[in-house]
Amino acid sequence: MISVNGNQANSLIQVRGLDKTYRRGNEDIHVLQGLNLDVDQGDFVAFMGPSGSGKTTLLNLLGGLDLPTRGSVTVAGDEITHMSRRRLTQWRARHVGFIFQMYNLIPVLTALQNVELPLLLTRLSRAERRRHVETALAIVGLSDRMQHFPRQLSGGQEQRVAIARAIVADPTFLLCDEPTGDLDRKSADEVMDLLQRLVNEHRKTVLMVTHDPLVARIAKLTLHLEKGVLVEAGARQDAAAGAVS
Amino acid sequence: MKYARLIFANLLRKKTRLALTIGSFAAALFLFALLGVVGNTFSLANGVVSAHRLVITNRTSIINLLPLSYRDQILRVPGVQSITHNNWFGGVYQDPKNFFPQFVIDPQNQRRVYPELIVPKAQWQTFLNDRMGAVVGAATARRFGWKLGDRIPLTTTLYGLAGKVWDFNLDGIYHGTQPQDDQTQFWIQWAYYKESVPPQLQGQVGWYVLRIRNPDDAPRIARAVDRMFINSPNETRTETESAFAAGWVKQFANIKLLILSIGSVVFFTLLLVTGNTMATSVRERTAELAILKAIGFSDRAVLGFILAESLLIALAGCIGLVFAGVLIPALGQPLAGLLPALVVTPAVLGYGVLAAVAVGFASALLPALSARRLRVVDALRRV
Ligand SMILES: Nc1ncnc2c1ncn2[C@@H]1O[C@H](COP(=O)(O)OP(=O)(O)O)[C@@H](O)[C@H]1O
Ligand SMILES: [Mg+2]
Repeated sequence: MISVNGNQANSLIQVRGLDKTYRRGNEDIHVLQGLNLDVDQGDFVAFMGPSGSGKTTLLNLLGGLDLPTRGSVTVAGDEITHMSRRRLTQWRARHVGFIFQMYNLIPVLTALQNVELPLLLTRLSRAERRRHVETALAIVGLSDRMQHFPRQLSGGQEQRVAIARAIVADPTFLLCDEPTGDLDRKSADEVMDLLQRLVNEHRKTVLMVTHDPLVARIAKLTLHLEKGVLVEAGARQDAAAGAVS
Repeated sequence: MKYARLIFANLLRKKTRLALTIGSFAAALFLFALLGVVGNTFSLANGVVSAHRLVITNRTSIINLLPLSYRDQILRVPGVQSITHNNWFGGVYQDPKNFFPQFVIDPQNQRRVYPELIVPKAQWQTFLNDRMGAVVGAATARRFGWKLGDRIPLTTTLYGLAGKVWDFNLDGIYHGTQPQDDQTQFWIQWAYYKESVPPQLQGQVGWYVLRIRNPDDAPRIARAVDRMFINSPNETRTETESAFAAGWVKQFANIKLLILSIGSVVFFTLLLVTGNTMATSVRERTAELAILKAIGFSDRAVLGFILAESLLIALAGCIGLVFAGVLIPALGQPLAGLLPALVVTPAVLGYGVLAAVAVGFASALLPALSARRLRVVDALRRV
């Protein structure tokens, strides 16, 4: 169950009383203020909200890229808000798959090499790495593009390679910051189909920021970021969401 | 090394820039080797002198001769181990530009005074038994392609005999035992010379060279010798070989300073050029580095990638040292006989590699540190 009340126990991702304050000049900007969130394995949640409302800030905190001013983020029992930078980096490698809006891929590496990157941080042998990469690229439907460089791929294909890279090490959850923000409708639909399949068929957990209500509708639940906290817009009751809850 | 591909891919990102940077390294290292070799050559030329030798010339001028009769008197000065006498022969081999020094030597004693110049025993025996024999340094033999047994005609320029051709048999080839030893000399027999020159030259030698037991005695022995012949028709001037070379040494100090300053400027420039290249390359890649960190690459790993790239560029630039190793000896060929051979020593190459690595490291340090410091959230917000 996805919840914003902060009263759930044993959820996969547990956020409690999260504050994030930036200082700009003499002014404190309170972006997140006592935010609560619970997400279970296999959930697919979309975050919406006006530009500057703190969506990226929230994802950065959930992904261990930044530390909150107050509050805690606990993932699968690990409280990440007290980890050192170094531990946090290791934790990210193990638990988080990131998909950003742009600049996801290393332009000088092929699709295969890009997807392989997270596996370089594991103990897997070369052959095992290769096998995992091939599987991930097959899931995103790009088995025939392995040797292509990013500039030889369309925007939608690039994002799918980024998704393959995000899932290749089998992380605990995926964080997507406007993954379709730069794509045309058709490519965006392909990417969303893919994310939905990952949730439905592979039981992945996905947290996604988007501007696009059509995109948000694919998620099981859309949460709005307002005045530093999340509010529920209404759980979807359709069959796709029902199948996984 | 599973990161190798990532590092190489990044290196090859801008091929022209890579080539130019490697080229800068190569050019600087070539110059480094050249300066090193020239510096060595000057200090070697200086090192040919031995503190164990004194040179006795006519006080009036170096071209005035000294009586052979001085020999036994000098030998009696305490501390003198051995003595040899030499004359300048000044022959021309085929063409005046084929210059090499030719000395008329006292065969019995030359080797005692110059023990560092080695002739194989059998060859030396042949030479001793051959009135028209000659022994030549390995460098000159190589220069003219001479083999043992060759007949070498020299046209003398000696006063009163100019134009006369003397034939010599090549009986031996000597080698130095230290890299700086002069291997260009051509030695001929005093006996042959003596019977061929006019009577007034027969008892006259160009200079004496003494070998002394203890270099500390040099000033005392020099004074004793010069005092012995004071007020005679042929006063002497006795100097250590190193005093003889003192003017040369002073020159050398200036040259060394010059070499050092040129070298420093070149490497400083290289440092700036490479530093700028690495900084640009890191700046261009801010987003990519951030992605690597988001994926889970540590700050240290990212620092390592940048340093590794720079060090690889530096090592690739060592191609300049290879060029130096091949080209510099060839450059030195026309100078054979005037200067000791231009050799690119392993030490010069070793210091070259060290210098390259140091510059590679230093120039990448700041960009690498900034890559290490880079925070994912800032980097992705900035782009
Ligand atoms: N490093 C920072 N320093 C100061 N202000 C920041 C920083 N990061 C974000 N902000 C501010 O925090 C607010 C939320 O930003 P962000 O999380 O990027 O919003 P969103 O992703 O919803 O557009 C914005 O007003 C932004 O200007
Ligand atoms: Mg944002």
